[in-house]
Amino acid sequence: MIHSLFLINASGDIFLEKHWKSVVSRSVCDYFFEAQERATEPENVPPVIPTPHHYLISVLRHRIYFVAVIQSEVPPLFVIEFLHRVVDTFQDYFGVCTEAAIKDNVVVVYELLEEMLDNGFPLATESNILKELIKPPTILRTMVNTITGSTNVGEQLPTGQLSVVPWRRTGVKYTNNEAYFDVVEEIDAIIDKSGSTITAEIQGVIDACVKLTGMPDLTLSFMNPRLLDDVSFHPCVRFKRWEAERILSFIPPDGNFRLLSYHVSSQNLVAIPVYVKHNITFREGSSQGRFDLTLGPKQTMGKSVESVLVSSQLPRGVLNANLNPSQGTYTFDPVTKMLSWEVGKINPQKLPSLKGTMSLQAGASKPDENPTINIQLKIQQMAISGLKVNRLDMYGEKYKPFKGIKYMTKAGKFQVRT
Amino acid sequence: MQEWANQLCENRQFGSKMTDSKYFTTTKKGEIFELKAELNSDKKEKKKEAVKKVIASMTVGKDVSALFPDVVNCMQTDNLELKKLVYLYLMNYAKSQPDMAIMAVNTFVKDCEDPNPLIRALAVRTMGCIRVDKITEYLCEPLRKCLKDEDPYVRKTAAVCVAKLHDINAQLVEDQGFLDTLKDLISDSNPMVVANAVAALSEIAESHPNSNLLDLNPQTINKLLTALNECTEWGQIFILDCLANYTPRDDRESQSICERVTPRLSHANSAVVLSAVKVLMKFMEMLPKDLDYYGTLLKKLAPPLVTLLSAEPELQYVALRNINLIVQRRPEILKHEMKVFFVKYNDPIYVKLEKLDIMIRLASQANIAQVLAELKEYATEVDVDFVRKAVRAIGRCAIKVEQSAERCVSTLLDLIQTKVNYVVQEAIVVIKDIFRKYPNKYESVIATLCENLDSLDEPEARAAMIWIVGEYAERIDNADELLESFLEGFHDESTQVQLQLLTAIVKLFLKKPTETQELVQQVLSLATQDSDNPDLRDRGYIYWRLLSTDPVAAKEVVLAEKPLISEETDLIEPTLLEELICHIGTLASVYHKPPSAFVEGSRGVQHKRLAGSSGSGESVESPDTGSAAGVSEAPPAVIPSQGDLLGDLLNLDLTPTTTGPPPPASTGMQMGAMDLLGGGLDSLMGDESEPPPIPLRTDTPQSPQLPHQSPSPPDYSPTELGGDLGGSPAMGAPFGAPPATMPASFNAPVSGGLDDLFDLAGGVGMPMGAYNPPKTLWLPAMKAKGLEISGTFVRRAGVIQMEMTLNNKAMSVMSDFAIQFNRNSFGLAPAGPLQILTPLSPNQSIEAALPLSTVGPVMKMEPLNNLQVAVKNNIDVFYFSCQYPISMLFVEDGKMERQVFLATWKDIPNDNESQFQIKDCHLNSDAASNKLQGSNIFTIAKRTVEGQDMLYQSMKLTNGIWVLAELRVQMGNPNYTISLKCRAPEVSQCVFQNYEMVLKN
Repeated sequence: MIHSLFLINASGDIFLEKHWKSVVSRSVCDYFFEAQERATEPENVPPVIPTPHHYLISVLRHRIYFVAVIQSEVPPLFVIEFLHRVVDTFQDYFGVCTEAAIKDNVVVVYELLEEMLDNGFPLATESNILKELIKPPTILRTMVNTITGSTNVGEQLPTGQLSVVPWRRTGVKYTNNEAYFDVVEEIDAIIDKSGSTITAEIQGVIDACVKLTGMPDLTLSFMNPRLLDDVSFHPCVRFKRWEAERILSFIPPDGNFRLLSYHVSSQNLVAIPVYVKHNITFREGSSQGRFDLTLGPKQTMGKSVESVLVSSQLPRGVLNANLNPSQGTYTFDPVTKMLSWEVGKINPQKLPSLKGTMSLQAGASKPDENPTINIQLKIQQMAISGLKVNRLDMYGEKYKPFKGIKYMTKAGKFQVRT
Repeated sequence: MQEWANQLCENRQFGSKMTDSKYFTTTKKGEIFELKAELNSDKKEKKKEAVKKVIASMTVGKDVSALFPDVVNCMQTDNLELKKLVYLYLMNYAKSQPDMAIMAVNTFVKDCEDPNPLIRALAVRTMGCIRVDKITEYLCEPLRKCLKDEDPYVRKTAAVCVAKLHDINAQLVEDQGFLDTLKDLISDSNPMVVANAVAALSEIAESHPNSNLLDLNPQTINKLLTALNECTEWGQIFILDCLANYTPRDDRESQSICERVTPRLSHANSAVVLSAVKVLMKFMEMLPKDLDYYGTLLKKLAPPLVTLLSAEPELQYVALRNINLIVQRRPEILKHEMKVFFVKYNDPIYVKLEKLDIMIRLASQANIAQVLAELKEYATEVDVDFVRKAVRAIGRCAIKVEQSAERCVSTLLDLIQTKVNYVVQEAIVVIKDIFRKYPNKYESVIATLCENLDSLDEPEARAAMIWIVGEYAERIDNADELLESFLEGFHDESTQVQLQLLTAIVKLFLKKPTETQELVQQVLSLATQDSDNPDLRDRGYIYWRLLSTDPVAAKEVVLAEKPLISEETDLIEPTLLEELICHIGTLASVYHKPPSAFVEGSRGVQHKRLAGSSGSGESVESPDTGSAAGVSEAPPAVIPSQGDLLGDLLNLDLTPTTTGPPPPASTGMQMGAMDLLGGGLDSLMGDESEPPPIPLRTDTPQSPQLPHQSPSPPDYSPTELGGDLGGSPAMGAPFGAPPATMPASFNAPVSGGLDDLFDLAGGVGMPMGAYNPPKTLWLPAMKAKGLEISGTFVRRAGVIQMEMTLNNKAMSVMSDFAIQFNRNSFGLAPAGPLQILTPLSPNQSIEAALPLSTVGPVMKMEPLNNLQVAVKNNIDVFYFSCQYPISMLFVEDGKMERQVFLATWKDIPNDNESQFQIKDCHLNSDAASNKLQGSNIFTIAKRTVEGQDMLYQSMKLTNGIWVLAELRVQMGNPNYTISLKCRAPEVSQCVFQNYEMVLKN
């Protein structure tokens, strides 16, 4: 199981270590540093690194490497999942997960890590339970604690820890009972030079914020549940019911949680919300290149495309770009060669464009690589897969909750090749 | 307003002071001293702050162990936070202060009795983390109580504590009977307790290979499956991993487990998903393929695997490594999902490379156009490693999907036109392989390749280009100039290039002898006189001798037709694959190495195999997997795995792709000789395309099937060897590869030159002699007017002899003996007349030995090994029939190369497999193997599974039929099981009888 954990910052300093079994010398991280050195980019460090006596399994989040040390055969996915859970917990507790935040809260961090893992076995990783055991630090609470001498460690056994519904604590009370569901879809797509779709798929999630008194039992049904053939559920969802009736039936955790995530595969027809007309050319022998990019809406079902951000890694030979956006602003970083253009909203009447020239090193040959264009966007009030919630019902409690459902589509890894 | 702002500022300052960073600020001298004072303060609050400071120092690796007694003093408190902090400290430092740690024991023991379950659990948990022997003794009693605590939270914590204690003192845990208590917890009413008990037992079992700790039976399985639905995600992983070790009794149980595990595929935790995939992949092996449920299950597996690829890159990586295994085992699961493996430009490089690999594995005629378009796109990316691999991938596609070859070649040509240096070099390397696979098809591109000669600076690309020039010298007008230009810097080249250049120039010389004599002499002298490299020198000498003795033979050897290379690119060896499938989701599956290769955790890992009907999918486990630790992954290389003899020789250097196994013990002695031959002969046989043989590498997994390899009687003369050598390529025939033509004249010049080499092999590894059955009465005197014949068959030095005793029981002299055979199954015929020169007087007997050939007319007999004989003498003609042991027909070079064996075993349909029992045989497997080898039944690999030795054996009949066998020998069980596989299943019965005969005598 997980033996130790080291947190390493971008400059390669180990700023926290935690051991659940015997102490492993931090020199074990030298193997990690070696791999880090070999990797050209920070994100290229391989997630599993063998050393003579241990294995190092790491994840990179918020520019911090979380490096777990294991000594025996352990499922690496288990370790990686756990590390991500650690990061999520930190973020949940401290708002951000940065080196400064972790150092500021080092004792809480230690208490959390101790609570999350026992002898390398996961103990309590549900945010609900952890928060009952260790209260998140707030300025107010710290002040109160300092003055009154009370502590931020729960004295009671968390109720959820052992119940049949470990994700929910008992005795929840709210004056306003409300349940909100966000259907968020991200389109991952690769579009080729000519504008045709090579592959497109949708990663969708339904995130919930449920603040309901008591032990409510919810059911959520869809207009078109057939879209959901590849789903991952929160443990609260009753799988049998879904299998049989395609209805989500569950006792929700208290607060924010991800009810389900789903995947609409590339075998389905996925709508592409925008098109890109591009002309990025370099001529042999000339130190100038042309850059010409126009965006337009495609299949948006009448909704407007907002918060559009276009970015592209221009070839290494490009010294500078002199462009003229029809709307929004653009920046070009001559060091990283990253061009990014904040477009904002796409107006179908007046399509946004970015035109101009790129200057190359004098005498350099024409760059070999073709830049790829990355697009981020948002479309409100629409799930691009067409998924729609039919109704949400509550059983088990008497009161009438306030219910809300929101849809949103975003671009995930949306890439246009040129 | 201003005031308010000020206040806010103050507040914020105050706030920032409230964070833990303040604990780091005291870095002044005498810090420990200050802390000591604070720890001993009367004020609770001050104490707590001090402990926090200590912990903070500890986290950054500062040594605060000197404060041990002071911190421990703070332990007795009713403040839970303080208690937890002290515990944190204790766990870190107890080991360095064992005597002091005892001070804490009393508090622990007291806390274990606390009414608050949280405190009880905390105490038992912390005690287990204090890795001090003395403390563990005190731990036993509280632990025993906690294991039976009324509160499940305490029980589940205690379960893990047993594993901790076991790690510190295994004997103590066993003596105290904790293991049994732990086993009982598997039946606990609380699923979380069950999950933790399973996790603890699994961890303990790792260090106790044979302890049977997790004794899985249908009842426990049922309990686990019930707990699976209710426990936490982590618990589900433990339970699923545990389930994967179970072997269901039948397909119905298998199906019912699968049905109950399938919902886990929809879990949000990817580790749960992958563990569930493992269980399903393993158990579906037992399901009949025609079952509807089987198809349903296959369909259900694809979506969760695809979903894993939309997770974080680290998860993707592990998922991809496992998918790589899954597509090798069951390509049908993901065959329609090619697109999800398309590379996004900002994927981390480790994800890109894995995706590429899977794309090639999934490539088929249906999707090849798409794949090629993608690969071409990748070849223009920025990352050099990735681009190279993409170019290689195009070549692999060409070899894998024949229909796409043309398109691949034109894509490669396009890429060469880009003139990007490393792209051109990779392209040339893969085009060489394409030439090998599709000879005489794409040679028109040679001109384009030659244009790029100057830009090649990598040895592999140079070697590939030189190979091409040599191979097609007759079509390249200025081949001599090209090669000459390489020769100028001969000594600066790498060995790979030097060897290739040597061979290429010899080829050129044989094709255009008039213009290139000078060149060939130059290269031969460079190789033999000016080089320190033994491989180069040896190859040079062999060429030299060949060329000077018999140029015609040299031509036939050097320019011999080469076997096609196979499309089976770098697949994982089937047995290893099976084992890895059983370990999906583990480190082993990430590294594609057997679990036993994982040093620390592998003390007790047992080899797992997929279930399934015996002998169906499985094949030989090479005996090597156990020791493959630390072998790096080999680069993907296009290698023939369905090789014939030449293929093997050619690949002697390339073959150790997956692991570098040591040779099986039985052949260990032969290795020295083999290397000499391996090095020399591969060049003799026209190995131009491959890298040089590595000298004296004794871990070559395959032994080439040269006659000197097989145990031969001592009187085996070099001439006979030569004869066999010339003939042996034909044995490739059953595998569908074209037999390479070997010149008949090969023997004469070579055998002289190689005499010494063969001598080396002469005294090597001589097993026991063949078993020859005693003579039996074939023709009773009654039936033959007084002539009695008894006899037997023996095989000596590769010659089959019929040994007879002729006894004259008549009253008159017999003379004029002659013998004839009826047509028979294997074409046995007398190789000469029956040599009985003197007349046979009454009551006299005479021994006669009749050499037999196997080129006579063939007719299938019943039984197969029946032989009808007619003997004539001066009195009359007599007929009798006798049966010869089929081992007479087993030739000396019947040792199949291991990879070929694997491929053949898989290739032969299961219907051709027959199973027999050999009863009452008391040999151990090694003795049996030795004995069988005397009869030319060769053991290729041995593997031991759960006390059962499996011998994998091969034999070849004179007519070229191969018989493959798997012999299972259970320790202490006199009954052997033998499975035989052969393309001509009729022979199985005979072979079995022969086994029985040999083993029992």
